[in-house]
Amino acid sequence: MDLYKLTIKQAVEGLKKKEFSSEEITKSCLERIKTLEHKLNAFVTTLEEDAIKAAQRADEQIASGVEKVFLGVPFAIKDNFCTKGIRTTASSKLLDDFISPYDATVISKLKDAGIVILGKTNMDAWAHGSSTETSDYGSTKNPWNTDFLPGGSSGGSAAAISADQAIGSIGSETAGSIRQPASWCGVVGLKPTYGRVSRYGVIAMGSSLDCPGPIAKTVEDSALVLNVLAGVDKYDATSSPKEVEDYLKNLNNKIDGLTIGVSDDYFTGIEGEVKQKVEEALKQFEKMGARVKRIKLFDPKYAIAVYTILQRAEVSSNLARYDGIRYGFGRDKFGEEAKRRIMLGTYVLSAGYYDAYYSKAQKVRTVIVQDFDKAFKEVDVIIGPTSPTPALPVGASKNSSMFGELADILVEPSTIAGLPGISVPCGFTRNGLPVGMQIIGPQFSESQILNVAFRYEQATDWHLKKPDL
Amino acid sequence: MALTKDQVKKVAKLANLPLSEEEITKFEGQLSETLKFIEELEQVNTENIEATPQVTGLSNITRSDETEPSLTQQEALQNAHSKEGNYFKVKAIFEGE
Repeated sequence: MDLYKLTIKQAVEGLKKKEFSSEEITKSCLERIKTLEHKLNAFVTTLEEDAIKAAQRADEQIASGVEKVFLGVPFAIKDNFCTKGIRTTASSKLLDDFISPYDATVISKLKDAGIVILGKTNMDAWAHGSSTETSDYGSTKNPWNTDFLPGGSSGGSAAAISADQAIGSIGSETAGSIRQPASWCGVVGLKPTYGRVSRYGVIAMGSSLDCPGPIAKTVEDSALVLNVLAGVDKYDATSSPKEVEDYLKNLNNKIDGLTIGVSDDYFTGIEGEVKQKVEEALKQFEKMGARVKRIKLFDPKYAIAVYTILQRAEVSSNLARYDGIRYGFGRDKFGEEAKRRIMLGTYVLSAGYYDAYYSKAQKVRTVIVQDFDKAFKEVDVIIGPTSPTPALPVGASKNSSMFGELADILVEPSTIAGLPGISVPCGFTRNGLPVGMQIIGPQFSESQILNVAFRYEQATDWHLKKPDL
Repeated sequence: MALTKDQVKKVAKLANLPLSEEEITKFEGQLSETLKFIEELEQVNTENIEATPQVTGLSNITRSDETEPSLTQQEALQNAHSKEGNYFKVKAIFEGE
């Protein structure tokens, strides 16, 4: 049995029923990683012996009747999450030999839930990108066609899930870094509401924007992971004290009467086949009893400017700690993209420019927040393409100094407003590249967007398709 | 708005980033290009709009001032490239004392 093909749900059931052991499923994934890594380069660090030992410990616990939600299930972790005793690089040579002395909160939670860590996945260095091409450890390739990029910055996690190198994974999103690689790799990516999941121990990019979240094979798997990740954390002052619901509870609710908001601006300048697939998906929703309503949202082009300023300003502050004293190499080891973002961020925060840029961006942020509040009075969720294009070819990111921010135009508004969004596969281009559709909801509406995503997923078979590797 | 070489050098100093002459020239162009994009924001009317530094609505989240276990000295030092005994070793700040 090809155990690496399992979803989290199937793995949990199989382990419980003793159909296979954690050691078997872990070895199956490790073998898969070994077989494909020369093609995909999805991992920066792969744990062999440690993963097998952890799996064996999990098997002992299973045998003695210990019950944990993900006991023995192998996961891949994006390399910007601090993992105790394990190399953590954020895909930057500056942290090439950094062994984290502590676990990020989400890692502690996942370990308490019993996961086996397979390794740390590749990303754009410092999460600065939407392609994974700016990694200091080489780009990850798209499992559907290795001449194409997986997207980013969580490209390694998305590729690993798409290629069945891991059963579950987590990524992080500052503007698209979960949703976009999920859409380019044909898997499910959930960016929770800002504050729903603790940022403690995540190598920070934009502190008012960063959101850890699951990248998974199915919508239900994403809900299972969110159930473990969500919750207030005393080590993260921006984490929400709002009670955590059971994100599985409403998954299968019917969606008759659901009002879906569609904004023309989110369908302009979109590649033809992407537009077509999302429009077909909307027809599918209508067949299921939902109602599509045209709404007018604030032009997403302004979100690019707002996001660029806020993110780069916060990046310049967050990367100030890398001075080579307590950890890491010197600041000369920053790659070009990091230096570029630090420079712009420092500039917009400097005396004389703070008001014109940073303050202004924060005010326009308010405008964006209010615009969504207004929209959600008329509609339940907003749907559109996740990315203006399907996966781009290797080398595409080298063209522009604003590649990331331009590529993420469709996800930046919701990110700026801290809203939850999920990307699900909704078809393929004629060239066989996946197309993703995103569902956005008001703050803390993860239950609803998961429900909408689940109903669509179950009415289609995109999630059953796998790349030919 | 185009940045001058001097402005770029000043920003690099503020950012504590060692840049080569080549990089400085490159950033002159790229930063100016990026600024053009973001100058679009001036088109948005934000009169009487309050800034939103973060969207949670939370403020003053504190904990009681009690000590709790943290990293051990060894853990704190384990990644330092320059150390002596139980200290991080850095370049001298005060000279000629």
